[in-house]
Amino acid sequence: MNIYVCVKHVPDTAATIRVGADYRIDEDITFIMNPYDENAVEEAVRLKKRMAGAEVIAVTLGKAAAEATLRSALAMGADRAILVRSDKHHDCITTAGALCAAIRQDGNPDLIFTGRESIDAEGFQTMYRMGVNLGIPVASNVIAFDMDGQRVSVISEMEAGEHACLEMTTPCIIGAGKGLNQPSYPKLPDILQARKKTITVIDEEQSGTHSSASRVETVILEIASEERQPEALEGSAEEIADAIVGILRNEAKVLMNS
Amino acid sequence: MKKIAVLIEIRDGKLKPSNLGVCSAAHESGGECIAFLLEGNAADAAATLQEYGIEKVVEIFTTHGAASWNPEVWAEAIIQAMVYYEIHALLGLASMQGKDLLARVAARLEAPLLMDCIAVNLVRHTAKKSQFSGKAIAEFKTCGDYHVYGIRPNALTAVPAPCRAAVESFKASTGSPGLSVKNLQPGLANDIDLTEANVIISGGRGMENGDNFNLLHACAQTISAAVGASRAAVDAGWVSHALQVGQTGKTVSPKVYIACGISGSVQHFAGMKTAGIIIAINKDPHAAIMSKCDYAVCANLFDIVPALTRKLRKPHKGSK
Ligand SMILES: Cc1cc2nc3c(=O)[nH]c(=O)nc-3n(C[C@H](O)[C@H](O)[C@H](O)COP(=O)(O)OP(=O)(O)OC[C@H]3O[C@@H](n4cnc5c(N)ncnc54)[C@H](O)[C@@H]3O)c2cc1C
Ligand SMILES: Nc1ncnc2c1ncn2[C@@H]1O[C@H](COP(=O)(O)O)[C@@H](O)[C@H]1O
Repeated sequence: MNIYVCVKHVPDTAATIRVGADYRIDEDITFIMNPYDENAVEEAVRLKKRMAGAEVIAVTLGKAAAEATLRSALAMGADRAILVRSDKHHDCITTAGALCAAIRQDGNPDLIFTGRESIDAEGFQTMYRMGVNLGIPVASNVIAFDMDGQRVSVISEMEAGEHACLEMTTPCIIGAGKGLNQPSYPKLPDILQARKKTITVIDEEQSGTHSSASRVETVILEIASEERQPEALEGSAEEIADAIVGILRNEAKVLMNS
Repeated sequence: MKKIAVLIEIRDGKLKPSNLGVCSAAHESGGECIAFLLEGNAADAAATLQEYGIEKVVEIFTTHGAASWNPEVWAEAIIQAMVYYEIHALLGLASMQGKDLLARVAARLEAPLLMDCIAVNLVRHTAKKSQFSGKAIAEFKTCGDYHVYGIRPNALTAVPAPCRAAVESFKASTGSPGLSVKNLQPGLANDIDLTEANVIISGGRGMENGDNFNLLHACAQTISAAVGASRAAVDAGWVSHALQVGQTGKTVSPKVYIACGISGSVQHFAGMKTAGIIIAINKDPHAAIMSKCDYAVCANLFDIVPALTRKLRKPHKGSK
């Protein structure tokens, strides 16, 4: 069984983002594996352990530096990895195309795991585009996964704690949500072993991606202002509570008049 | 004339209030605005929608029937309606349902999609959305035959624009989906939808334990606010992950966000920085949130929250 996992190399959540020329960010910061993709790798590796002969292949589209994220996936238990190398900026349409082309070239997927979103682009869509590209069903924001033969059952988290129980047959795509599992931290031997595993590098130009008439272009990218002018509310608990009620009523206008 | 469709979301038989801001965005473009409702009660919704610039309400029926919600079937039905009504721009809420449905529609149409937009211009086909977990804001232009935008709930203001909406039905002929829905389990009754709430009262590590969250629930109840939490509180097992606000939780845009015992990490801010008013209650004047809020209360939350609950209980009965 071939289990592919799409992992993205993204800026660390704690890193300071700076925007440079042509709206590219300053990449001299720490990068990590996209947090939801960690859940995806974890689930793929857990499944592999239950299935004789299963292989987990981590795939990324990115610059040469994205290899570090592939090594993390290998340390978490993936068997080998594919880097689709490209220095270009990609929107979700070309990303999905490139990832699918690389997977097709490599083998027949039975399952593809992705994260539910990438925390840098916040696209929320690559897995659905891959599903259409490969002609297979997709479930995202998955917080529980089970597989029985060809049948895959998942729970997808909806609004206000609502859960949808969905079924698909393989091949299919699973977008991992945070609650799916608790990713395990690789131990030193895993990290050392990961260094010996194979990463196949393919140039994006060779991966046979098709171009689309549809695309997304960046007009502006700027740092979001978090500036607010805090006003201190002081006094006794009663006075402060009164002040908050006043804000709710008069400024925010969220209280019904009585 | 350009036609724009707004995918309307109904929850528990009611029109989600945040739909109206999306209708206003569509109306502002000057095009003809059509509302799409799936197997919902179009006639009821039309009365409200027509007050916000919607000129036609189309109730879409699938071959599968109202009883069997299936996102693939719904996406297919929406596309058929888009083709029939010659719609080139589709707007909807970036709710959980919207994130799923709009992405399925965009993927099938190979249309550009911008999810979680906080501003949209349907004349130029541009939209603003957050990037890098809210640390940056980008303006993007979408190019293609179709354009799909998911709007962050409550990010756009509803502006009254009364007109008269005709109600029509559209019967889609939907094929068999590759995905089957076994069942839908509702959330708990007291799980007020975080992304829809006008007021959110959130608790963090400063709450000390799960039982103390009852203080927040009691306060929230007085004004139909929702209760949220930081990841520290979720990881400690005090509340369910459904309540988590932040980068790996929900992104919310309430009118008022009251943070109790939350330090204000970048990851927490990623989920609530577009709130209208932020009130922070924290013992530590140097906590990050105290300099990134509108009202800073440097005090013990266990003194302030019960006092606030008492005040809110007395003179009024709810929020609007
Ligand atoms: C990849 C990644 C994703 C993450 N995603 C999220 C996310 O989605 N959401 C999120 O919230 N976090 C997220 N985090 C975690 C985040 O970094 C912080 O650890 C977390 O937000 C801290 O929660 P807190 O503010 O409740 O706790 P703390 O930082 O411990 O703050 C507790 C605060 O409570 C105050 N306090 C204590 N007692 C009282 C009292 N009696 N009265 C008043 N104040 C009191 C203290 O002064 C302190 O400021 C993520 C982290 C990573 C690495
Ligand atoms: N460049 C990429 N390389 C590998 N996987 C990606 C890439 N971009 C997106 N993905 C996958 O698609 C998921 C959703 O991304 P997005 O649509 O950008 O929110 C991510 O969690 C990844 O699993």
